[in-house]
Amino acid sequence: MARSARRLTGRLPLEPVAGNGLLDRRRLLGGSALFAGAMGVGVTTSRTGAAAEPLTDDPWSLAPGITIPPYGQPSRFEAKVVRTLTNPNLEPRPSAARTPHHLLNGTITPNGLHFVIARGGYPDIDPDKHRLLIHGLVRQPAVYTLDALHRFPMVSRIAFIECGGNSAPFFSNEPIQANVQALHGLVSCAEWSGVLLSTLLEETGVDPRAKWFLAEGADAPVMNRSVPLAKAMDDAIIALYQNGERINPSNGYPMRLLLPGYEGNMNIKWLRRIKLIEAPVMAWNETSRYTILLPSGKAWQFFFPQEVKSFITHPSPGMTMRGPGFYEISGLAYSGNGPIEKVEVSADGGQSWASAALQAPVLSKALTRFRMPWNWDGQPVILQSRATDEAGNVQPTRAALVAERYQPKTVPPGTPVLGEHFNAITSWAIDPKGEVTNVYA
Amino acid sequence: MSTREKLPCAVVLAFAAGLGTAIAAEGQRFGQPIAAEDAAAWDISIAPDGVGLPPGNGTPAQGAVVYAEKCAACHGQKGEGQPNDRLVGGQLTGDQPAVKTVGSYWPYATTLFDYTRRAMPWQQTKSLTNDEVYAVSAYILRLNGIIGDNDVLKAMTFPKVAMPNRDGFISLYPNKK
Repeated sequence: MARSARRLTGRLPLEPVAGNGLLDRRRLLGGSALFAGAMGVGVTTSRTGAAAEPLTDDPWSLAPGITIPPYGQPSRFEAKVVRTLTNPNLEPRPSAARTPHHLLNGTITPNGLHFVIARGGYPDIDPDKHRLLIHGLVRQPAVYTLDALHRFPMVSRIAFIECGGNSAPFFSNEPIQANVQALHGLVSCAEWSGVLLSTLLEETGVDPRAKWFLAEGADAPVMNRSVPLAKAMDDAIIALYQNGERINPSNGYPMRLLLPGYEGNMNIKWLRRIKLIEAPVMAWNETSRYTILLPSGKAWQFFFPQEVKSFITHPSPGMTMRGPGFYEISGLAYSGNGPIEKVEVSADGGQSWASAALQAPVLSKALTRFRMPWNWDGQPVILQSRATDEAGNVQPTRAALVAERYQPKTVPPGTPVLGEHFNAITSWAIDPKGEVTNVYA
Repeated sequence: MSTREKLPCAVVLAFAAGLGTAIAAEGQRFGQPIAAEDAAAWDISIAPDGVGLPPGNGTPAQGAVVYAEKCAACHGQKGEGQPNDRLVGGQLTGDQPAVKTVGSYWPYATTLFDYTRRAMPWQQTKSLTNDEVYAVSAYILRLNGIIGDNDVLKAMTFPKVAMPNRDGFISLYPNKK
């Protein structure tokens, strides 16, 4: 790959690789070659004409500055980079906090910005009093303190978690005008460190009759889910750390279950109990909720992996382009079934596609950043991204996904259309004024 | 590229699992053994066959009293919903949005007991007595026309409640859609 990058350096001119100005992604690997090439063919515009002001020293360059704090916070100029809350006054209903993907880059979500869904608030757990019980179809039921868990060998893994209801606005019959935080903000990604559940089960022993396990939290509604035991033996982790520090309270402090790639609510936060069982308990979250109604009136149950998906974060609805010229289209791709193999981008509503550059490392069941150089000519365009995972699963169109599900024809005003596991292609339209909107294309 | 990226993770997992085996082989234990009966206070889950249902009983009439006091503010006077979930009636097909309720959607009555006991009422979970949970479950099932006025719900009768949408689900595990 490095060899081909060298070979490309300096090759001119910069040719479009798909409609409406998508450029060769391999230019990204050549670093400055892109811009040298771009200038060479006049891709950049004349808007750089005005000369910069003479440079002066600002006050912060002339004084010792502010005391370095024990725990650093983002700059005060970044105060708008926060989660949006659906229940800021903790009324008797669930709370959701969404990740501002349009204001972030890279793939790791800062702990304070990781999405949250909770049935109430978060429990204020004293870690010294917290216990994890493992019982049921085991040889020896046992209780684990946090100290005890720290005696075991640990693993770290970068994994996304996505709420089963992320992107539900796209089930609406008309496109909802909202930003990418409101539309896709219930997915986040972190490095989780802890003890493999399979390591703990070696100590407790497993009765051969066990086929599932039940996981339960210590929050007020002690939320629970049934999980196949095979997942415990594969890659389930009792996570104690999130991006290097102890798990954020609203994401499960002092421990949560991490089931890489599986529907968010199964990754039980504030984990206090694991019971090995023969068959699922048919918990509220696997019957009343997180089951997908089909046109026949039947519903899918136990839809575990969050399937292959991508969306463009830059540009995205609510943003305004700064005139024609060069832009980097960028976004996030992921699959609960494994690594992302490729992401294709279209600027003409899906008529032509070009492969985006995937930012290394491309990790299984983690967010992958894709990037695509683009020269916008100022005309109307529709941007789309389409991800394919290593197993060959391809992100479907919205029309194909919706046709498979129960979809009401008429919706009374003000009725939210709910749905789960929306992983279809989403489309951002850009008009000549540079305004970006959500469209169905 | 992705194949290469996967390798370190697999190596780490194998390494950790190997260490776990080594610890077990040394006979060292970090968990504190607990007798099954000592775990009972946390063992509140109920299986669809009724295993886990506690002693106690309740009728729809008894449940109406509990419901009016503890549930109606969020779920409506007769389970019609607002501000929170509707519990009664509803339909799953047609041109209008589907309305999933205990009556139209939930496949197992045991889920109603389990969820009410663990998670309701919202402000003070686990505050209802077992008799109250049986009673309010009976009331909600009665409102849905699933049981009669004189039916008494208890551990023996609960799993026998015939839920209308019992066969309404297609499991995607281990199958594919």
